[in-house]
Amino acid sequence: MNPARGSLLGIEHLEAAEILRLLKFARRMNPDRPRPLLKGKRVLLLFYEASTRTRSSFEIAAKSMGAHTVLIQSFGSSIEKGESLLDTGYTVRAVGADIIVIRHPNAGAPYVMAQHIDVPVINAGDGLHEHPSQALLDAYTILRNKKTFKGLQVAIVGDIFHSRVARSACHLLSKFGVKIILCGPPELVPDIATTLAPGIRVTRHIDDALRGTDVVMLLRVQTERLSGLKIDLLEYITRYQMNPARLKMAKKDAIVMHPGPIIRGLELTSEIADGAQARILEEVRNGVPTRMAILARAMGRMR
Amino acid sequence: MKNLTRDVNSPSTSSLLIKGGHLIDPAARIDAPMDVLLKDGRVAEVAPPNKIKAGVDEKAEKFDARGLIVAPGFIDLHAHLREPGQAYKETIATGTAAAAAGGFTSVCTMPNTVPVVDSVESVEWLRQPERGAVVNVFVIAAATRSSKGVTLTDFRALHTAGAIAVTDDGKPILEDSIMRDALVLSGELNFPVVQHAEDTRMTENCSMHAGARSFRLGLRGMTAAAEASIVERDVQLAMHIPHARLHVAHLSTADALKSVRRGKRAKARVTFEVTPHHFTLTDEDMRDYDSNYKMNPPLRSPSDLEAILAALADGTVDAIATDHAPHAAHEKEMEFERAAFGITGLETALALAITRLHREKRIPLARIVELFTAGPARCSDLRGRGSLVRGSIADVTIFDPKKKWTFDAAKSRSKSKNTPFDGWQLTGKVVATIVGGRIVYSGISG
Repeated sequence: MNPARGSLLGIEHLEAAEILRLLKFARRMNPDRPRPLLKGKRVLLLFYEASTRTRSSFEIAAKSMGAHTVLIQSFGSSIEKGESLLDTGYTVRAVGADIIVIRHPNAGAPYVMAQHIDVPVINAGDGLHEHPSQALLDAYTILRNKKTFKGLQVAIVGDIFHSRVARSACHLLSKFGVKIILCGPPELVPDIATTLAPGIRVTRHIDDALRGTDVVMLLRVQTERLSGLKIDLLEYITRYQMNPARLKMAKKDAIVMHPGPIIRGLELTSEIADGAQARILEEVRNGVPTRMAILARAMGRMR
Repeated sequence: MKNLTRDVNSPSTSSLLIKGGHLIDPAARIDAPMDVLLKDGRVAEVAPPNKIKAGVDEKAEKFDARGLIVAPGFIDLHAHLREPGQAYKETIATGTAAAAAGGFTSVCTMPNTVPVVDSVESVEWLRQPERGAVVNVFVIAAATRSSKGVTLTDFRALHTAGAIAVTDDGKPILEDSIMRDALVLSGELNFPVVQHAEDTRMTENCSMHAGARSFRLGLRGMTAAAEASIVERDVQLAMHIPHARLHVAHLSTADALKSVRRGKRAKARVTFEVTPHHFTLTDEDMRDYDSNYKMNPPLRSPSDLEAILAALADGTVDAIATDHAPHAAHEKEMEFERAAFGITGLETALALAITRLHREKRIPLARIVELFTAGPARCSDLRGRGSLVRGSIADVTIFDPKKKWTFDAAKSRSKSKNTPFDGWQLTGKVVATIVGGRIVYSGISG
């Protein structure tokens, strides 16, 4: 079965025009001025993995459009008792879900769901694969600060290998011709990352990554996903931690982004996290209108 | 035949004359129109068309093989028939029915069952007529107890009980010292050790081949090195242990192939098999996290596939084996990373070989037949099989190399339908499968 219309499984197969349509619509969304676009609809939030930002902003987005939300977490549900992904999907469909938002530790889980369930499925992060709503809210944030993608250079620093945020960001930015520089040690930034999309370059040197850069995206080292991989965190801090001296190498008006959660003292210092160039909380704020647009699109109400 | 065979049914006492076909018997260097007379479960005579008369009484059944290829019965060195313990995936009866439909007259069953086939009792159980096999089943027993890789099983007793080789398939024999001891015994007993070459220390949580595609999909990848390093070590051991017999299961990478080639050049007794899916598909073929593309070893890169094709063509590969690995739908329709490894393969092997190797890559049919017959017979010492010289066991596969058909997994004789080839248009179809002189499968001809 093909995924239901309005599903958002990843950025990779989304067309640039559709992305712009979504971002444009998101600019009209404001959670403080509720619009009943999803009145009476049921949005099932299926979270198999911990989440603060994504979960709460999907929930607020849905509610501000008049939808009911039900949160199901693997802990405290039948998932804990061994219910399969699809059986959980059939169950939430049977109780009347109109949209399923799913966060899952396994890459591709939303695809499996979408192939069997006849309502729109929205990927809220699947394993190491994609995090499309994050990429969209980051694009929204970049456009609010930089007006256009044209001529931009974005450096993504840190744990690219384990990052679904990085994969989605690369797909999105590449579609608009943005120059993308991935920076980090080989274990976290394999050379093969350049094959993800056109316009991607890999460097091991932070100064090389920052020179001429408009947007610096920092990523957390996902120690919980290293799976046997050994990373010398001290060495990482020495070579890649973002601090004021390093940020000076980027363009004067460069902004600093981070999908969160941030680990102060590791991938960035507090001066950066709380500094004037940081847009980290703005990203979180922008998550709500962006996800309102995603949910409206899911129900065919993005007009 | 010292304990090697278990004919499914008592050999046929009637005679069967296969007339008008084109015989390909690579072991006997025959590739010509020939009639074949089967009598009392053996090959009684092979002669040019219409020359067989003497001794053929009026009652001899005739099989019209005009336009068809007549070949020695196919041997699959690598199938998971799932008994004992996992009859919901497959049974000896359903698995061998699928084998017969695929033209296989002999199937070697793997020991990673529940419990593991690591004892004389379990080998004997598998060989009992009650299992309902419709083709010959040969048992490959576990190399270590419960396939835990720690203590070797009693090779001598298993050998005597009728096992034809040992393996911990599904897992490797990882410890150097255990593998060395196993190969020493293999040399003493002339009893092959079949290795699933995967350094599992390097493949934790991996679900496909490590490459651009796995990176894109966010799936942890098994490197080619995880296979090649084990094959290299094993070949080195085999080169230095007198008479050691190593058989590398489902070889999938160009690097591992290099080690095997070196071993063969050094006259080590190293053989290996490749699977139809590894010569047909690559890691780039998987779409939308379809777990019917998930198997171990995984689908590799296009350059690995090219290397395997070259080795198939130049005679290096010893056998095509299916690695038939049936799983229930609920074990496959789930998160890709959590889904079971393996696909079914018995019913598509010949057609994939003809479609990909013969029609597309121009590998001669005689070479393909060799890979299904004389090659695997040599790897596993199945004497009296793999050829149709006079006196051999009357196991015969008859197929139409030009027949186009569409594989419908729903109609598979296997209990399980986990295959990436569902709906594929293929060329080459089995018309009849004859075991011990008896027709056990008859497909649609013409």
